[in-house]
Amino acid sequence: MAQKVLIKGNEAIGEAAIMAGCRHFFGYPITPQNEVAEYISKRMPEAGGCFLQAESELAAINMVYGAAGAGARVMTSSSSPGISLMQEGISYIAASELPCLIVNVMRGGPGLGGIQPSQADYFQATKGGGHGDYRLVVLAPSTIQEMIDLIVEGFDIADQYRNPVMILADGMLGQMMEPVVLEPKKRIERQLPAKDWATTGCDGSRPRNVINSLFMIPEQLEQRNLILIDKYKRIEQNEVQYQSIDIEGSDVVLVAYGTMARIARTVAKKAKELGISVGILRPITLWPFPYDAVAAIGDMPNVKAVFSIEMSAGQMVEDIKLGINGKKPVYFYGRTGGMIPSPNEILDYICDVLEVR
Amino acid sequence: MTHEVIMAGFGGQGVMSIGQLLTHAGMEVGLNVSWYPSYGPEMRGGTAFCHVIVSDEFIGSPLVTSPTDLIIMNRPSLDKFEQTAASGASVFVNSSLIDREVKRDDIKAYYIPANDIANRLGNVRVANMVMFGAFLACTGIAPVDVVELCFKEMLGPSKAHMIDVNRKALREGMKLVDK
Amino acid sequence: MSIIFERPRSLTDKPFHYCPGCTHGLVHRLVAEVIDELDIQANTIGVEPVGCAVSAHDYFDIDMQEAAHGRAPAVATGIKRVWPDKVVFTYQGDGDLASIGMAEIVHAAARGERITTIFINNAIFGMTGGQMAPTSLLGQVTTTSPHGRDAGSAGYPIRVSELLATLQGAAYVARVSVHDVKNIARAKRSIKKAFTTQIEDKGFSIVEVLSTCPINWGMTPADSLKWLQDNMIPYYPLGELKVDGEGVINR
Ligand SMILES: Cc1ncc(C[n+]2csc(CCOP(=O)(O)OP(=O)(O)O)c2C)c(N)n1
Ligand code: SF4
Ligand SMILES: [Mg+2]
Repeated sequence: MAQKVLIKGNEAIGEAAIMAGCRHFFGYPITPQNEVAEYISKRMPEAGGCFLQAESELAAINMVYGAAGAGARVMTSSSSPGISLMQEGISYIAASELPCLIVNVMRGGPGLGGIQPSQADYFQATKGGGHGDYRLVVLAPSTIQEMIDLIVEGFDIADQYRNPVMILADGMLGQMMEPVVLEPKKRIERQLPAKDWATTGCDGSRPRNVINSLFMIPEQLEQRNLILIDKYKRIEQNEVQYQSIDIEGSDVVLVAYGTMARIARTVAKKAKELGISVGILRPITLWPFPYDAVAAIGDMPNVKAVFSIEMSAGQMVEDIKLGINGKKPVYFYGRTGGMIPSPNEILDYICDVLEVR
Repeated sequence: MTHEVIMAGFGGQGVMSIGQLLTHAGMEVGLNVSWYPSYGPEMRGGTAFCHVIVSDEFIGSPLVTSPTDLIIMNRPSLDKFEQTAASGASVFVNSSLIDREVKRDDIKAYYIPANDIANRLGNVRVANMVMFGAFLACTGIAPVDVVELCFKEMLGPSKAHMIDVNRKALREGMKLVDK
Repeated sequence: MSIIFERPRSLTDKPFHYCPGCTHGLVHRLVAEVIDELDIQANTIGVEPVGCAVSAHDYFDIDMQEAAHGRAPAVATGIKRVWPDKVVFTYQGDGDLASIGMAEIVHAAARGERITTIFINNAIFGMTGGQMAPTSLLGQVTTTSPHGRDAGSAGYPIRVSELLATLQGAAYVARVSVHDVKNIARAKRSIKKAFTTQIEDKGFSIVEVLSTCPINWGMTPADSLKWLQDNMIPYYPLGELKVDGEGVINR
């Protein structure tokens, strides 16, 4: 087995991109993800790729649009306020069906907010932060190793479906260090279509390639949208990923992603000492959301309640309620603004709800 | 076995480095480890700190909310973190810079004149290693030769000239709690 | 030396949080003194940037608005169009003004917007930890130009004052420095002229202040002042580029 190394989450993001064959990176500094670009500014030239610090996130995402349209594996990385600024470009990229990877190392908002970890961009990421009917594939790692794996897989998913993919991390995953093996886990074999649509210069041997999202005739625009909708259905059918831990026979189920899923593990351990058995459902794809796995919890006789725990004012909880569809009580516990809920406060809340202790 | 450690001091006192050193050494001896720093402008002049967890069990939250061990390099850090310590925790206090004693009686304090020792060794910047030596001797998380290999690797060729003084500082710190 | 010791009325009594040797605090003081001398404290509204001066409202004892990164000139435009008789200024760093906010500053100047901009050029992104700025010099090592800024990939440092001086709406454009007492006095005179230009309704005004960032430059405060003098001034020559809307070079 390959050797373990200690690496910071943000640096692992950069290394994973290079591992995945990404050779173009455009970004603009913002805390808490500055180490991504700083690392890539050193590594990318060694790998023979291009690192460019854009003048803004607005420019960065449009550089991504251009490079993706030109056929490159391309990535950008930012944090919440910067991702907000990119939304126009993301909508264009989705509309034009261009593959790329966008990393959001979330921090507390709204507005300028703060720089500490948060998960308050769930709505923005999963429900379409820009205009129009489009979807991003949203992947939510909860360890640095998984972040590496999902970045590599994310590029493949993007290429397979010609769709932008977002890695939704947070300040804690970006700033923390843990041991990883710097090599991707065995990849699912994917049929990656040739990028015969890319603007590479047309010498007459093929029809001209035009990257465009303007359709002035409603019938035509609707046809375009139907193609996208059909693609999104396929992604929903094929790409859902989640992890369930000790759900069978548990008293309560915590649903949590990313950093909060780690905290959920600590809660489960402490709860066990109190005689409460806690199962965990950890969505790995936030879109497509694992509605079926959530629905299945609704049918489990032992489960008394479902909790969404988030670093937000309550966002993913809406999808959980959709999945549970009224079959179990759904509760929410969260902190905002960069506050990280402690295992003890979550446990207290669970005990209050269950009326134990 | 789980150690949940907070290391805290002024920016520049090297608490991030000894945190990484512990993380690295823990990894080398086959334990699960995580390191999480305070980050942002707070580090300029204010208190810098990091959370390190070393455990033979799975590490959930990398956030340390009730530390089992504290390495405290300056007074503001003691004021900030003393109350958070778990009952029975070990607290390593840099007595060269901290003019008060630990107030709680349910935690064990070790007073280490780290700056004085580091100055005596000719480089005040290794005060962090003196503290780390004391912590290492108490907890026995990793053998000293593993730790030395780790900091050699962390310092790299450009700072190879610092290896010797770091090693001395580590040993001096260990001696202080070696009974 | 009243410059150093007396606290201007337009400053609060909160101590600056800037790093030792950083010139942000000094420039705050100069701006506050000018506001006092022109007796416009009650009439002045400031717009603060995203950058190390993000909390300038802690120090300026006047009404202020926080703008999104780079958008201060647009925010100031909004304020000025509501209160044409008030004095409105922005305080912006080089990342804020010349990178993400280049469009807003160019258009505010082109419109001859009656606002004043204090532009802190320290050749680096201070707040985010030392990344390359559009004003970083060729060869300058930053965290995103680890081998020194290379024109081949990162292009050339932007001379913002020269660029804005070409715009008809810009009535007063000056570049100053704060590396010694003589230059500090000059800087203050320019800041005063810039505010006066606005008060006399002549057009847009901007003062570019060459500044230091000892922390991210990795230098002592004293070495920083010397580095500014030896490296920045040759590339960013000091002087008034435009006065009363006339394109005069007054160096
Ligand atoms: C949309 C957006 N992108 C990026 C940032 C992160 N950011 C904060 S300050 C800053 C640059 C600061 O540099 P400068 O304007 O030169 O000010 P200084 O700190 O040097 O005074 C950046 C990139 C942000 N807050 N918002
Ligand atoms: S980082 Fe630089 S610009 Fe910011 S306060 Fe410190 S010295 Fe000043
Ligand atoms: Mg700057």
